Amino acid sequence: MLKALHTNKGAQLAIGLGAGILFGFLLQKGGVTTYDVIIGQLLLTDFTVVKVMLTAVVTGMIGVHFLRSLGLAELHPKPGSMGSTALGGLIFGVGFGILGYCPGTVAGAVGQGSLDALFGGVVGILLGAGIFSELFPGLNEKVLNKGYFGEVTWPQVLKVNPWVLVFPVAAMVMSLLFLLERSGL
Amino acid sequence: MEWLTMKIWSPYTVGIGIGLLSCVTFLLSDKPLGCSTAFTRTSGMLERLLRGGKVAEKAYYRKFSPEIDWEWMLVVGIIVGAFLSATFSGAFHWEWVPSKWAASFGDQPFTRWWVALIGGVCMGLGARWAGGCTSGHGISGTLQLAVGGWLAVVCFFVGGVGTALLVFKVFQGG
Repeated sequence: MLKALHTNKGAQLAIGLGAGILFGFLLQKGGVTTYDVIIGQLLLTDFTVVKVMLTAVVTGMIGVHFLRSLGLAELHPKPGSMGSTALGGLIFGVGFGILGYCPGTVAGAVGQGSLDALFGGVVGILLGAGIFSELFPGLNEKVLNKGYFGEVTWPQVLKVNPWVLVFPVAAMVMSLLFLLERSGL
Repeated sequence: MEWLTMKIWSPYTVGIGIGLLSCVTFLLSDKPLGCSTAFTRTSGMLERLLRGGKVAEKAYYRKFSPEIDWEWMLVVGIIVGAFLSATFSGAFHWEWVPSKWAASFGDQPFTRWWVALIGGVCMGLGARWAGGCTSGHGISGTLQLAVGGWLAVVCFFVGGVGTALLVFKVFQGG
């Protein structure tokens, strides 16, 4: 039944929209669609973004691995390499520090009326994505596959059952969040 | 229904909500949350308007064809959801320049827009270069314990913190 739902195009577009509405609602209520909050995180004075992200990761990690153990979900790790993931990640980070939004929160910022997110952010990201499509053939040949490690997960690398990592990672993240709260951040 | 009209929720409530939403999308759509391919597809659609059908032949658009898909609808949904949240709490307002920016660099909209545009270009380029953004790599990748997701999110924040500190400490008042 799930397979039939996954391949039903119309239903999937509707689910995508619904999931987006919930996602945008949550992001806005969390304050993370606001430039001041995001840039506060990057200046290490406001840890809201890290708290939201890490809590989402712990919840989602336990939930998705649980669904997977029940045979109800499959993992889809993205392929990675140093030339693509690390270098691209640093370029993204430079953009993050200048723009003060990311591709998801910039959409949320537009929804709450932030005009710098619309005219600056969205237009810039579209231009940047367009530039990448121009550069892609050359980059693909020379840079993107350097240090390729593929679609791997940590449990695969360490050759352990995922649950051996899920609980320690969850415990570590929760300790980190506890320490953040304790130190008043 | 007071929770609907609250201006801000605890980051932990929001985080748990996003984590549960991730589980739902894995279950119902076999897809992790992610936002940046929607920008690639939109960019391709706009390029097609300007340059015609041959745009779809570009190598990158053969991987991510310029069409409306699940993730594209997700990003449209984010705009709607944030609008609803901001409207219910009375927080919706048109804002030309964010206050933290204005406090350091002045309230000239054009200065902020140009800088945001430059930041956006870097971000769009970097997101597609890295194959994902703060949601696709940073939340969805890490929660799957994907090696690439953890590497990406470290690089996002190393680049982001370094750049933000540079912008605010070095250029401020300059």
